Amino acid sequence: MTATVGRQAQAAARASEVWKVYGSGEAQVVALRGVTCEFEQSRFTAIMGPSGSGKSTLMHCLAGLDSVTRGTVSIGETTVTGLGDAGLTKLRRDQVGFIFQQFNLLPTLTAKENILLPLSIAGRKPDPAWFDTVIETVGLQDRLDHRPAQLSGGQQQRVACARALVSRPQVIFADEPTGNLDSRAGAEVLKFLRNSVREHGQTIVMVTHDPTAAAYADRVVFLADGQIVSELIEPTAETVLDTMKKLDSQVEVGD
Amino acid sequence: MFRATLKSLLARKLRLILSGLAVVLGVMFVSGAFVLTDTLGRSFDAVFADAYEGVDVNVSAKPTMEVGDFEGEAVAAPVPAETVERIQGVPGVADVTGVVAADGARLIGSNGKVVTSFGPPQLGMNWVGASDLVQLREGREPQADDEIVVNASLAKAGRVAVGDRVGVLTLEPKREFTIVGISGYSGGRDSIGGVNEIMFTTPVAQQLMLGQGDAYTNVTVTAADGVANDRLRDDVAAALGADFEVKTGAEVSADASATLKDGLSFFNRILLGFAAVALLVGTFLILNTFSIIVAQRTRELALMRAVGAGRRQIIGSVVLEAVAVGLLASVLGLGAGVGIGALLAYVFGNISGGLDLAGIAVPPAAVIGAFGVGLIITVVAALLPALRASRIPPIAAMQDVATPDRPLTKVTVAGAAVTATGATLLFLGLGGHAGGNTLVTILGGVLFAFIGVALLTPLVSRPVVALLGGIFSWWIPGKLGRLNSGRNPRRTAITAAALMVGIALVTGVTVILDSTKSSISGLAQDQIKAELVIGGAQTGPRPPTFDPAVLEKAAALPGVALVGGAYGDLAQVGDERTWVGANSDVLTLTQIFGARATAGDISRLGPDQMLVSSDVAASRGLSVGSTVPVQLARAEAKTYTVSGIYESDELLDPVTLPVTAAQGFTIPQPIAGFIQLTPGAEPADVLPRVETLLADSPEVSVADRETFIEQQTKPLDDLLRMIQILLLLAIVIAVLGIINTLALSVLERTRELGLLRAIGLGRAQTMGMITVEAVVISVFGALLGVAVGSGLGAAVVEALHDEGITDLVLPWADMGTMVGLGALVGVLAAVIPAVRAARIDVLGAIAHD
Ligand SMILES: Nc1ncnc2c1ncn2[C@@H]1O[C@H](COP(=O)(O)OP(=O)(O)OP(=O)(O)O)[C@@H](O)[C@H]1O
Ligand SMILES: [Mg+2]
Repeated sequence: MTATVGRQAQAAARASEVWKVYGSGEAQVVALRGVTCEFEQSRFTAIMGPSGSGKSTLMHCLAGLDSVTRGTVSIGETTVTGLGDAGLTKLRRDQVGFIFQQFNLLPTLTAKENILLPLSIAGRKPDPAWFDTVIETVGLQDRLDHRPAQLSGGQQQRVACARALVSRPQVIFADEPTGNLDSRAGAEVLKFLRNSVREHGQTIVMVTHDPTAAAYADRVVFLADGQIVSELIEPTAETVLDTMKKLDSQVEVGD
Repeated sequence: MFRATLKSLLARKLRLILSGLAVVLGVMFVSGAFVLTDTLGRSFDAVFADAYEGVDVNVSAKPTMEVGDFEGEAVAAPVPAETVERIQGVPGVADVTGVVAADGARLIGSNGKVVTSFGPPQLGMNWVGASDLVQLREGREPQADDEIVVNASLAKAGRVAVGDRVGVLTLEPKREFTIVGISGYSGGRDSIGGVNEIMFTTPVAQQLMLGQGDAYTNVTVTAADGVANDRLRDDVAAALGADFEVKTGAEVSADASATLKDGLSFFNRILLGFAAVALLVGTFLILNTFSIIVAQRTRELALMRAVGAGRRQIIGSVVLEAVAVGLLASVLGLGAGVGIGALLAYVFGNISGGLDLAGIAVPPAAVIGAFGVGLIITVVAALLPALRASRIPPIAAMQDVATPDRPLTKVTVAGAAVTATGATLLFLGLGGHAGGNTLVTILGGVLFAFIGVALLTPLVSRPVVALLGGIFSWWIPGKLGRLNSGRNPRRTAITAAALMVGIALVTGVTVILDSTKSSISGLAQDQIKAELVIGGAQTGPRPPTFDPAVLEKAAALPGVALVGGAYGDLAQVGDERTWVGANSDVLTLTQIFGARATAGDISRLGPDQMLVSSDVAASRGLSVGSTVPVQLARAEAKTYTVSGIYESDELLDPVTLPVTAAQGFTIPQPIAGFIQLTPGAEPADVLPRVETLLADSPEVSVADRETFIEQQTKPLDDLLRMIQILLLLAIVIAVLGIINTLALSVLERTRELGLLRAIGLGRAQTMGMITVEAVVISVFGALLGVAVGSGLGAAVVEALHDEGITDLVLPWADMGTMVGLGALVGVLAAVIPAVRAARIDVLGAIAHD
């Protein structure tokens, strides 16, 4: 595959020759077919592709939420493949952060408690300066004592972002984080995801269907049918849309 | 609709089984009670049919006193010996036998201990010869005054054999006899219905068992060939006149059996009481389960409404589910009940010394009770959730409805009203304002109080749960668990309320019994001015007694100032039945019990005089000089003159008769002896000397006052332990409820758990979180139970203040144990749900729609 960018030492997450097969026999689905891919530190990478192309699967495998059928995955210095539950738990606590499309927060906790939850679980103290910076970045200063039910969808998603950022993980995985938001709220979330990469050197991998969202990233990786088929550096909404159209027609021709 | 219901039932089987289990247990007790009483009842029928097999007509005298169920034994007046000749003269009579057979012949076994009985009488009889029923297995019949025959069951229990010299206690103190024969019964039986028998010669039996010669307890008659029993009965009755009860053998046996069966209704009530507790807790569980099921199915039910299902159909579908659960629970409960009933019958048969059990059968009452109770409880409990389900708007199918946090106002108002009703009922019942329905009113009050408090629980649960959970807040899984337990106040409340019931009952009973014990021993401690006390622990229906001669001998011992022997019995005083006492020395009243005279002289008592308490004097309008007729169990009616009145006191009998009257008591021997020492005498010096005096009175011993008080209050402790163990059942059922609630919570929060795991919550932490949730709920329930139980117990104690229960003892240690038990219950209940939660597949949870 040709999708390798940057030097190895700088990769925050890496997949090499990753295969993922669901089920067996007739019901067998091959979700990933030998994906090799690196995600550099301090960069914002978007993963795009048609529905069912394996985007979520790839992200889950990278994050250690799912096991791979073949190949290896590593986060920073840690080889994820083969870790047991304790190892995976430690990985999630210390090295990865998550932002999901929906249902990101615990309804019983306030915004602040939700943000600090990963640190509390790990038994670590937050760095107050960093906490203030994060809160400022996501613009939640006066919402900290509210519960999720009292927040809008966009605000909730910003809380989820703050939660992912506050423990400064090696890499943050976001699966369609703006999928449930309108374009303005989505843009806000994307802006500070980009800011956290630019200003604080955070690494982010984001799955999205939206070319405008992908345009906030430094790089876009295109998946089709479980394989990486293309890549864009410094994308704009137009170049992303063009690439998508091209891929669509290839697929149709291919079929 | 039916098929949809059935499918959803199957999908939730585990949950329904858990909540149905409580109903199964309740139904088990109900049907078990009926099976037990039915089996024992038929066994008694068989026993008495056997015992009266050879009797065509039986003649006895009318008892001098009517005695109620729980008041003691009725002593039949003896039948004069000349009655036998009179009956012999009646045409159609073939054979007449004068029989002596009375309870209270106690054999001292080879180990020196008295052979006791836990129910069946210990009959002292005259030997009337062998028959089809009774045969001599060994030896010969009694001929001399010091010869006896014992039946085989007694010989085994006392480990005695033919030729042994044994002591026997009767109306008279210990006497020695030689066993000359051992009897058995047809069919190789050692005993009939576990009854132990000692057979004397007729004059000795008359003297020892009836206290008079020339009399019998009853006379049995066999009819000449061709004479019908009931004709003979009528003829004999006509010949004897109205003073006698003449019945056919079948009638006597049926009557005797019926009396015992009445006694059995006591067991029935106990078992039905536990059934009620189990079912009350079960109702909470069913209600909770169906509420949760309805909440979970909100979308599905709304969809049904959207596609045209009517409200009634929705209610119908939920109720149908309840009916199915109820039916299943009833079937299982009935099966278990038959088992339990059979087991208890077996245990009962063994304890009572070898009752031959009739075959186990399932009486219709057991079946009707099982299905009635099982179905009604389940359906009633599911009705509220069903109504709620029917109010789900069809639009809910389209919305993403999180279960809305409904305000608690309505529940709280209802709870307050129900609690107030309960309190009012309790006030009426305990205050004695409920007319003849005191017990029903009190039980209703307790029930309403439980339901009312359960309804109020959601309101209380917020602050209490927050407070309790505060303990765990330093630990993040603890904090999460605490927050989860506060999430659904209704669910938490009902789950906790289920646990509350059991714990409240245990606490309440403990408060009452501990207060009683403390009051009794406090009183005895303060008021009995006797350093040593003679007495024994009562194990059977009769109190232990001793030889009155001991009293005189003890009084003569150096260092002894005063000895008071206490006698007591129920007697007909004027037109009321009253407990009467007698003291070997009337000075006992003033010197030992500290009685104070309010009128007349209470320091002496002539043979025709009586002393009464101020209460009795007031309620009967008696004053010094009043005359009152008194009918004792074994004596002719006699009129006494009131010569003194003493201030009423718990330690003092309402009526005190001269000691000579004690010969007419059912048990004409002292049941306790109080020994006051001279100043300076050491109890430890006197005690062994009294002990030697008691060599022939093996039922009692002498002890210092403290030991005696402990001995007397020990039955209360035993009772308490027994009730506590039985009520543990209610707590076990509540555990099922907690498991149920937690399992459902885990299921509902699958995604949340996934999220938590995704951001780094470890397995152990997940389990910790669930456990804290459980512990918070269960400790909350335990605290509620302790609070409600103490309240109920205190109310009862307050109501019994006038009965002499003056101390209110709150058993703090037991209450602490109960809360600890609550915590333990929480931990246990959390195990399965916690393991399930920890096993949740992270990806599956968050990817799940
Ligand atoms: N648990 C599973 N079992 C079987 N097949 C699965 C499973 N999860 C995903 N798949 C299959 O793997 C393939 C890739 O799925 P994936 O969820 O990664 O797609 P995606 O690119 O994220 O699609 P979308 O844009 O719709 O979210 C699909 O064909 C899907 O059906
Ligand atoms: Mg996807």
